[in-house]
Amino acid sequence: MDNLRQIKHLYARAGFGLRFDEINAARNLDISQALTGLFKSSENYQPLDIITGDAGYTTMLRGDKAERKQFMQLQRRQERSLNEAWMERMSNTDAVLREKMTLFWHNHFACRTRQAQFAQQLNNIQREHALGNFRELVLEVSRSPAMLQFLNNQQNRKGHPNENFARELMELFTIGRGNYTEQDVKESARAFTGWGFNKDGKFAMRSFLHDDGEKRFLGKTGNLTGEDIIDRLLGQKQTAVFISTKLYKYLVNETPDAGHIAAMADVFYRNNYEIKPLLQFVFTAPWFYGEQNVGNIVKSPVELLVGLNRQFYVNYQRPEIMLQFQKVLGQVLFYPPNVAGWPGGRNWIDSSSLMYRLKIPSIILNGGVIDFKGKADPEEEAYIAASHNQQQFVNARIQAQADWDKLLKSIPPGTSKNNIAAFILQPPVSKVLATELGRAADIKTALIQSVSTPEYQLC
Amino acid sequence: MMIPAFLKPFEAMASAELGGHKNLVIIQLSGGNDGLNTIVPYGNDIYYQKRTTIAVGKNDVVKLDDMQGLNPNLSALKEIYDQGWMGIINSVGYPNPDRSHFRSMDIWQTASESNQFLTTGWIGRYLDSNCAVCKNPYTAIEVDDTLSLAMKGAKMKGIAVEDPDKLFQTTREPFFKELVHNHNDANLNEDNLGYLYKTMAETYSSAEYIQQTSKTYTVKGDYPATPFANQLKTVSKFINSGLETHVYYVSLSGFDTHVAQQPQQGRQLKIYGDAVAAFIKDLKQTGKLDDTLVMTFSEFGRRVEQNASNGTDHGTANNILLFGGKLKKAGIYNDAPDLVQLDNGDLKYTVDFRDVYATLLDKWLDVSNSVVLGKEFGRMKFI
Repeated sequence: MDNLRQIKHLYARAGFGLRFDEINAARNLDISQALTGLFKSSENYQPLDIITGDAGYTTMLRGDKAERKQFMQLQRRQERSLNEAWMERMSNTDAVLREKMTLFWHNHFACRTRQAQFAQQLNNIQREHALGNFRELVLEVSRSPAMLQFLNNQQNRKGHPNENFARELMELFTIGRGNYTEQDVKESARAFTGWGFNKDGKFAMRSFLHDDGEKRFLGKTGNLTGEDIIDRLLGQKQTAVFISTKLYKYLVNETPDAGHIAAMADVFYRNNYEIKPLLQFVFTAPWFYGEQNVGNIVKSPVELLVGLNRQFYVNYQRPEIMLQFQKVLGQVLFYPPNVAGWPGGRNWIDSSSLMYRLKIPSIILNGGVIDFKGKADPEEEAYIAASHNQQQFVNARIQAQADWDKLLKSIPPGTSKNNIAAFILQPPVSKVLATELGRAADIKTALIQSVSTPEYQLC
Repeated sequence: MMIPAFLKPFEAMASAELGGHKNLVIIQLSGGNDGLNTIVPYGNDIYYQKRTTIAVGKNDVVKLDDMQGLNPNLSALKEIYDQGWMGIINSVGYPNPDRSHFRSMDIWQTASESNQFLTTGWIGRYLDSNCAVCKNPYTAIEVDDTLSLAMKGAKMKGIAVEDPDKLFQTTREPFFKELVHNHNDANLNEDNLGYLYKTMAETYSSAEYIQQTSKTYTVKGDYPATPFANQLKTVSKFINSGLETHVYYVSLSGFDTHVAQQPQQGRQLKIYGDAVAAFIKDLKQTGKLDDTLVMTFSEFGRRVEQNASNGTDHGTANNILLFGGKLKKAGIYNDAPDLVQLDNGDLKYTVDFRDVYATLLDKWLDVSNSVVLGKEFGRMKFI
C-alpha cells in the first residue's frame, strides 16, 4: 500500500477523513509522524459550553400550563443547540482524534437525559477523558447526574437497592455478559447505594443512604465501596478484552480478530487502562493497514455527515437541518436507542436509509430540497401531543454551501477525475464508476458523483 | 450485460401464486395511549373515583358490554364491532415494565425481555426465519419514510414506502441506475461493499415492483382526509393490487398526554377510529377482510389515577385492538382491567404481549414463534 493511502486510512479511522488541502503535508509523513500530529492536535481538551443553565425544571413542576409549554420549548431548543454544537465541533475542529473517541465513548456509555446541561456535562466527561485513563472515565461517568438519573441510581438506597446501574456497569461498560453472577449484581448495587446528585447537578455521596455492610463481589469480601467495585472490575483482564473488542470494531474491522484483540488487551491492561498507548498500538500495528481492514467499515450517519462537512467545508445557514438528517439516517446524537448504544455496522443500512445516504450528500452540496421527515423520537411525543403538531411536513431547502473555490484550489493541478475519486473514497474506484466519471462534465460533477456512491458509505 | 436474478421480480412473480394470502397490518400508537380512556371501564366505580376530571362520562361511552365501552371519538368503530370484526385484549404487558417511552417501545418492537437489548425487531426476525415467502424486502412494508427497528432483521429487512411513485423516482436517477445495472462483481462479494450494492439492487427492483403492481389498482373506499387515513389507504392499495407483501406497519403519534388529556387524546382517537373504520369497510367491500388482520398497540398504558394537570402519567399494561374478518373470538377477549389489585398504582398485566405476537406468528404468518421470539410463547384463541 502506498504511503498516501496509509495516511488516508489512518485519518479515516482516527478522524473523519483527510481533506484535499492536507494531501501535500500528509504525503511527506510516515505513519509515526502522522500519528504524532494527530495526538498533538488533540492534546488540549476544550469543553462544549453551549448550555449555560437548566431549563427551569423545578419551576415547571410548580407552574401552570403556559409555563409547562414554555419549559418544553426551551428544553427542545437546548437539546437542539447541544446537538448542533457537537456537530459543528466535529465538523470544524483540528482535534479530530479526541472528537472521534468522544463519539466512541458517547456510544459506549450510552445515556439519555432530557436535561441538556446534564447531557453536555456527560459529553464533556467523555471528551476530557477520551484519550486519558479508562478508570477515571468510568468513575466520572458513574458520578455524572445524567448517568445516575438514567440508570436509576438516584433511587438506589440502603435496604432498597436499585440494580440498574450496577448491572449495566458490568454488562455494557466494563466486563461484559457472562463474567459475573446475579449475586455479583446484587452485591455491587449495594456498594453504589447513596451515589446520587444534588439540585445543582453535582455528584453527592449521600452517606445516610449508603449500605456499609459487608459485600462479596467477584470473590472479594469487605465493606466495598463503588470505587472498590470499579477497581475490582478493572482488575479483571476481561475488562481490557471487552473494551478492546469494542474499540477494534470501531477502528479496525466489524469482524473481531481474537489475536489482534488479545494483543490490544495486553497493551491496555499493562498500561493501567491508559487509552493513548492502546490507540498508538492499534494505529501502528501492521495489521491495521492490511488490505482487508481498509475501506470496509460502514460509516455511522454522524461520521458520514461530519466527513462531508469537513471535506467540502460545508456551511449551514440552518444547522438544525443536520438534526433532520440524523433522524432519517437513524442516529440522533444524545438519543441512543437504549443503554447498549447504536448497534452499528450493517444495522445502519436498510433500503430507505441507504437511498437517503446516497442522496443526502448531493442535496447538501447542491443546496437542494429535502422532502422527507424521519420519525419522531418517542421522547418527543409529549411535545407533539401538546403542540397539535402532527408532523405535517413541508419541503425544506437545505440552505448550505460548500466552499467550492477553496476545495477546487486545494486539488493539485492536473489531478485526474479518477484520482480525485480515489482520494475521496476508501475502497478502490470500480470500472463502472471510472466510466461514469469519464462522462462527468467537470471536477465538481465528478466529486458529487463520488460522494453519491455505495463506496462513500465506507471508511 | 447479465442482470442478477433479484432484479427480475416480475419474472419470478409470474410463477408465484397470485391468489389471496394473509396480511398482517400493525398499527403503532406512539407516546403511550391511555387505554383506560380508549376502552372505558364505565361499569367500574373506581375508574370514576380515580379520574375525577378526565373520565369519560357514562352517558358518553359507546357501550360494548355492561363493563366496557368505546371512547365516543371511536364511535365509527361501533359498527365494525357489531359486525364481529373487532377484538379487544385487555391488560397486555410484560414483566418488570419500563415506563420510559423509548425503552418500552424498544421492548415492544424487539420483543425482548425488559433487561435484554436486542438489535433486531420481531418482524425483522420473521423475515430472517427463512419462511417460504420471506425472500424480498417487500415481504414487510412500513408505510413511512423511514424503517422502524421492528422491521429490521439480522439478514433481512423490510422496506419503507411512503409513496410508491416517489420511491420509484428516487431509485431511477440516471447515476444510480448506471451503478446498479453495471455493477456485477461487487454484488457477488460478502463484504460490506457487496452488501451495500445488494441492498441498492434490491431496493431498485422492489421500488419498481411495488410501483408497477400498486398502480394497477385504484382505491374505491372513502377515507378521511388525514395523513394517517392516507397511510391506511396506501395499505389498501397495496393489498388490493395483489402485492406479495405479508406485513404492513403504520404509526400514529401524539398520545403522550400528561396535560389536558381529553381534547388531545380525543383528537388522536378520532383520527385513528375514523381511518380504521374506513379501512375495514373498504377491505370488506373488496373481499380482502378475511385475509387481513389488524393489530394496534402502544408502548404502555397510563397510570390508573389521573395527575394534577388533567392528564395521565406513564403506566404499564394496556389493551391491544384487533380487527379482521376471521376473528375466532371477536369482541372483548378477556376480563376488563382490575382496578383494585394494582402494582404501585399501575395495572398488572395478565397477557404477555409476546403471547399475542406468538399467536400471530404461528397462526397467521405460519412460522414457529420460538424461532422468532427466542423461546416458546403461548398461543391464544383470537384467531
